[in-house]
Amino acid sequence: MAKYTIKRLLYMIPVLFGVAFLVFTILSLTPGDPGTIILGITAKPEDIAALNAEFGYDQPFLIRFFNYIGDIIFHFDLGTSYQSRQPVIEDIIARFPNTLKLTIFSMSLSAILGISLGILSAVRQYSKLDHICVVTALIFASIPGFWLGLMLLLIFALKLRVLPSYGAGTLRHFILPTLTVSMTSAAGLLRLTRSAMLETVRQEYIRTAKAKGASEKRVIWKHALRNALLPVITTLGTSFGASLGGAIIAETVFAMPGMGTLITTAIRQKDIPVVMGSTLFLATLFSLIILIVDLLYAFIDPRIKAKYQSGGKSRG
Amino acid sequence: MVKKKTRKHAQLAEIWRRYRKNKTAVVGLVILMFILFIVIFADLIVPYSKCIEQVGAERLQPPSLQHFFGTDEYGRDLFARVIHGARYSLFIGVATSLMALVIGAILGASAGYFGGIVDNVICRIMDVFMCVPPILLSLAVVAALGSNLRNLIIAITISCIPGNVRLIRSVVLTVAEQDYVEAAKSYGTNNARIIFRYVLPNAVGPIIVNTTMAISDMILSAAGLSFIGMGIQPPSPEWGALLSSAQTFIFSSPYLLIFPGIFIVLTSLSFNLVGDGLTDALDPKLKD
Repeated sequence: MAKYTIKRLLYMIPVLFGVAFLVFTILSLTPGDPGTIILGITAKPEDIAALNAEFGYDQPFLIRFFNYIGDIIFHFDLGTSYQSRQPVIEDIIARFPNTLKLTIFSMSLSAILGISLGILSAVRQYSKLDHICVVTALIFASIPGFWLGLMLLLIFALKLRVLPSYGAGTLRHFILPTLTVSMTSAAGLLRLTRSAMLETVRQEYIRTAKAKGASEKRVIWKHALRNALLPVITTLGTSFGASLGGAIIAETVFAMPGMGTLITTAIRQKDIPVVMGSTLFLATLFSLIILIVDLLYAFIDPRIKAKYQSGGKSRG
Repeated sequence: MVKKKTRKHAQLAEIWRRYRKNKTAVVGLVILMFILFIVIFADLIVPYSKCIEQVGAERLQPPSLQHFFGTDEYGRDLFARVIHGARYSLFIGVATSLMALVIGAILGASAGYFGGIVDNVICRIMDVFMCVPPILLSLAVVAALGSNLRNLIIAITISCIPGNVRLIRSVVLTVAEQDYVEAAKSYGTNNARIIFRYVLPNAVGPIIVNTTMAISDMILSAAGLSFIGMGIQPPSPEWGALLSSAQTFIFSSPYLLIFPGIFIVLTSLSFNLVGDGLTDALDPKLKD
């Protein structure tokens, strides 16, 4: 097992390097150099050249890339904003907590709702409750998160005036954004849990457990549930990514100072270092979450554990 | 030849018979037909000129018999804008899904069929793409290239490719082990022909279902990006862009937000329902 963990950890290095290269390459396609973007096309050419040198833009592409990576690894420096001329990392430190809170709240709520309703739906397959759950999940999966947010805003903040409509000061500010983000992923989790549960119930070992005379309750909670939750756990990483994406859009609806509004403002101002630093920061975080989920999964599932202990392939 | 044709017909009839039994799937198909009708006959329902015609005296009018969905801040008819906006959403949804499918099929099928180093290289590159949440990848593309229809399509397609590659690779891996592929190989059939003639057609069920559901996701992504100002820009009647400019009037004119939203939900829902129905109809083994 230790071997598998080390292998996965080491594999992260080229992957993160690849992620950095991908993001750097895409954003390097931006037309215009920092000097022209900051000073405008009417500025003196020597001023533009001086500023380009300051941002290291006079270097070739690959040198710039390695300098950038070097700065991140050795100085924890994600570049300097064109607009504020401040380190990008400072913006991220100021904005990230709100996005993280919103993502964690949303993931928790969607996991609770999605998994519990999914189990309930599967246990009572073809009942009225099952039908309602399945149809509601399909509808919520089809509602754009931001539009749900706008409707919640309209009802609770503007008509009923019970909740604040913008900002991120108190926990109350997070209620509407959390609902906005979690409904879509709760719908996905419900469908997934339900089908995983139904799949498991049809397995041989469940029939064996029933044949041995175990009670229906015991079979469901002890035998079926534990196995059905395994595929659900693998998707928690993706679901974190989905919540993060939802949070980025929901921040615009609720004018919340987070990473989403940071990135969109930076894109409008052509502040590429901010876009690059923030994207890379979130992508690294996301990769680490996926890694943790993978490791967790290997630890929980005895079948996979056994496979790696006998020296099987690391990824399949 | 004749025999083959009738067999295919019988197969389709069987799929349709199973599909018809699922009531929600039929509802989905009806909604989808309704949306397609709007897309095809938009100009007959209401002329495009109504979308851009600004009537100063009729700014922010609530819904009435003259303006079914009311008017926006420039006095433009919202009904006309929503009807013509359907073309954008559906075009983007279908175009991006198909592009992502073609690229995903080429990469995924090569990886699954050839294995070895080809598989390794493609999978490692996809691992990297999978580590960037889709919306961030789309935003990076838009940041670099600028926000317009073409770049929005590129941005969403790219974010959808890794998932397709994985799906098609795994389906191909299962099919490639079958005896008929082995048989074709022993006859000396070339690889491209085996992939397109024998492997992919047999993997078609999961691919159709996945693509149908992907269209729904793509429509939602496109609307979301346009909403935060990173997709199609406001004068165009795209639904996300309509909502983006309507946000300012959420309190005074909420209908500006409600109607385009309902159309996004209906369109996306119809693809989800049809995809769900096809899952059962195409492969009865998968039925719960």
